[in-house]
Amino acid sequence: MSDFTMPSLGADMESGTVVEWLVKPGSQVHKGDVIAVVETHKGAIEVEIFDEGVIEELLVEEGQEVPVGAVLARLTKAGEKREADTPEAPAVEEAGREPEAEREPEPEPERKPEPLPEPLRPALAARSNVSPAARRRAAERGIDPDRLHGTGIDGSVTLADVEAASPAATREEPRPAPAKVRRGFDPVQMRKGIASAMSRSKREIPHYYLTTTIDMSAAQAWLRDYNAARDPDERLLPAILTLRAAALALKEVPQLNGFWQDDAFAPSEAIHVGWAISLRGGGLIAPAIRDVDKLSIADLMRALKDVVARARSGGLRSSEMTDATFTITSLGERSAESVGGIIYPPQVAILGLGSIVERPWVIDGAVVPRPLATASLAADHRASDGHVGGQFLSTFARLMQEPPKP
Amino acid sequence: MSESPTRMTYREACRQAIRDALQADPRCFVMGEDVGLYGGCYAVTKGLIDEFGSERIRDTPLAESAFVGAGIGAAMAGMRPIVEIMTCNFSLLALDQIMNNAATIPHMSGGQFAVPLVIRMATGAGRQLAAQHSHSLEGWYAHIPGIKVLAPGTIEDARFMLKTALADPNPVLIFEHIVLYNAEGDLDPGVSEVDIARAKIRRPGRDVSLITYGNSLPKALDAAAELAGHGIEAEVVDLRVLRPLDDATIFESVKRTRRCIIIDEGWRSGSISAEIAARLADTLFFELDAPVRRICSREVPVPYAAHLEEASLPRMADIVDEAKALVRPQ
Repeated sequence: MSDFTMPSLGADMESGTVVEWLVKPGSQVHKGDVIAVVETHKGAIEVEIFDEGVIEELLVEEGQEVPVGAVLARLTKAGEKREADTPEAPAVEEAGREPEAEREPEPEPERKPEPLPEPLRPALAARSNVSPAARRRAAERGIDPDRLHGTGIDGSVTLADVEAASPAATREEPRPAPAKVRRGFDPVQMRKGIASAMSRSKREIPHYYLTTTIDMSAAQAWLRDYNAARDPDERLLPAILTLRAAALALKEVPQLNGFWQDDAFAPSEAIHVGWAISLRGGGLIAPAIRDVDKLSIADLMRALKDVVARARSGGLRSSEMTDATFTITSLGERSAESVGGIIYPPQVAILGLGSIVERPWVIDGAVVPRPLATASLAADHRASDGHVGGQFLSTFARLMQEPPKP
Repeated sequence: MSESPTRMTYREACRQAIRDALQADPRCFVMGEDVGLYGGCYAVTKGLIDEFGSERIRDTPLAESAFVGAGIGAAMAGMRPIVEIMTCNFSLLALDQIMNNAATIPHMSGGQFAVPLVIRMATGAGRQLAAQHSHSLEGWYAHIPGIKVLAPGTIEDARFMLKTALADPNPVLIFEHIVLYNAEGDLDPGVSEVDIARAKIRRPGRDVSLITYGNSLPKALDAAAELAGHGIEAEVVDLRVLRPLDDATIFESVKRTRRCIIIDEGWRSGSISAEIAARLADTLFFELDAPVRRICSREVPVPYAAHLEEASLPRMADIVDEAKALVRPQ
């Protein structure tokens, strides 16, 4: 007999809640099988077993929170003799409290860093019953339906369950005076949302990546001049030039503006740019700034300020969460020099901008110091090919070096 | 309209439909077992021989293959025969004629011959006529390309489907349910013809689609009324035409309700309900919010004993229970 204990799924994890058992006494398990789903502050994690054998008893009930190291289940390893049927295990209730002291928590290294369990076993075992309509809707909303409580037939998750579970803040339309203190996004939910969307992106979207280096001196000079003559609240951020150039480039190369839907690219007439905003306390959100190509520089600045402020205080509208037709992630100052973005589905491209750094640059045969930025494009190869991506990126680079006429 | 609704039985509606046809078209005649002097096994043609004479209301020998074949020949030669087969159980004796001749001749002749034949037959159980007179075989016929299969479930359809069927150049089979013959209802005086192409929503609802036909239609309507008392709005779709199936109406309904129960008095295996369920799975998979369910007859020869017969058929309570389970699971 050996014990299967609550694993540590990261240095900062102290306990976890078994939300679902995927095995029962008598189940045959193999190395790499997912046998339980454990909820941690990072979201629900599928827990694998690294032994081969037969589950003898489950010591923790679904819904119970237990510390790392607590025994969750006992199993007879392959080759061992199975014990005679044990009477119903009465230990279930105490299992959560005692085990840490009594049983030596298995030291971390027990979870040998096995090479990935061979061919990834289909995650089907972890699926709950979700109606087809509910599963599709959940995908649209970036919700993991397998984690929802089902109210349908045989406990299945229905469309209504998915609708009811929609993440905070995506529902309410403009609410009256902000009388109540509104909390920002729930970081736990946020993380789950990001995880789900990004996993889907990497699972479904064949990304291709292109980068180019842009001399930012003209843009910086223009910005300096523009801002010098204005009050602080009218001054522009460099982001405005990025947004403007990207929107104008999308007009010239519309193949990157829109959505991948029903196995085909659906171009969008409007250019709504999602601007990635990192939130204090972790998390990331990319609300849409609408009709970027049609806004004046000053209006664009106002729109950006507004959306950033509301993103941080948690006052975004649902449409802003769903309308973006393209996304920009700009790393800002003192960050990395380039970024390989992950497309936010169902969009088909994301533009990344690294920090501006001073580097040697060759102009007219002479090496001179220049402020350079690396622009990178990640695009969906189902919707476009590298040639189109290259056109967009070079157009963007050109427009960045041709700041607007004052 | 100043006319008030006419009240009549389904049987009377069938008879009036035949009278209309005989009056309207001299090429039209009726042929079948005991349709003349006896007035029809289910009394549908009662009295017609007095009105139209034995040339046009023709009693035949007990030989389904022969008189259906004669009907096919007459139709090919320009007549508009209405052939009655006493019950669909006996129609198997004429299956070769129906399938190998009626359904195929227009095709094999490259369209040179039309077979504008109508075959009426009684179908279904519920009157303690035992296994050899109680089965529902319309689902089988709906398998055959080249024919149309109708299942009037209302007085109106019983009254007007025949006319449309006779105007169709293809062989049309009309399945009249034996329990419905005594059903009474009002005819809308504003209606004088019906199509034989579309299913009809007999009661709108948003929670679950009850798809059915024939004598299961009144059961579904009763079930829907009872479900309304439980806050469940069931939509009742009357198929009317089993071949070709009106996919558009079926899909439109289920797309809205996202749940579907098919009620079919035929046996479950290989039934018309199976075909509909398969089409829903094919086409509407991502719209479904619950499994497609079927309520069919038990897979036994229909029993004679009343309580066993009743238990072998789809029941109103079964529909109510299934709908509750789908829409409001406990």
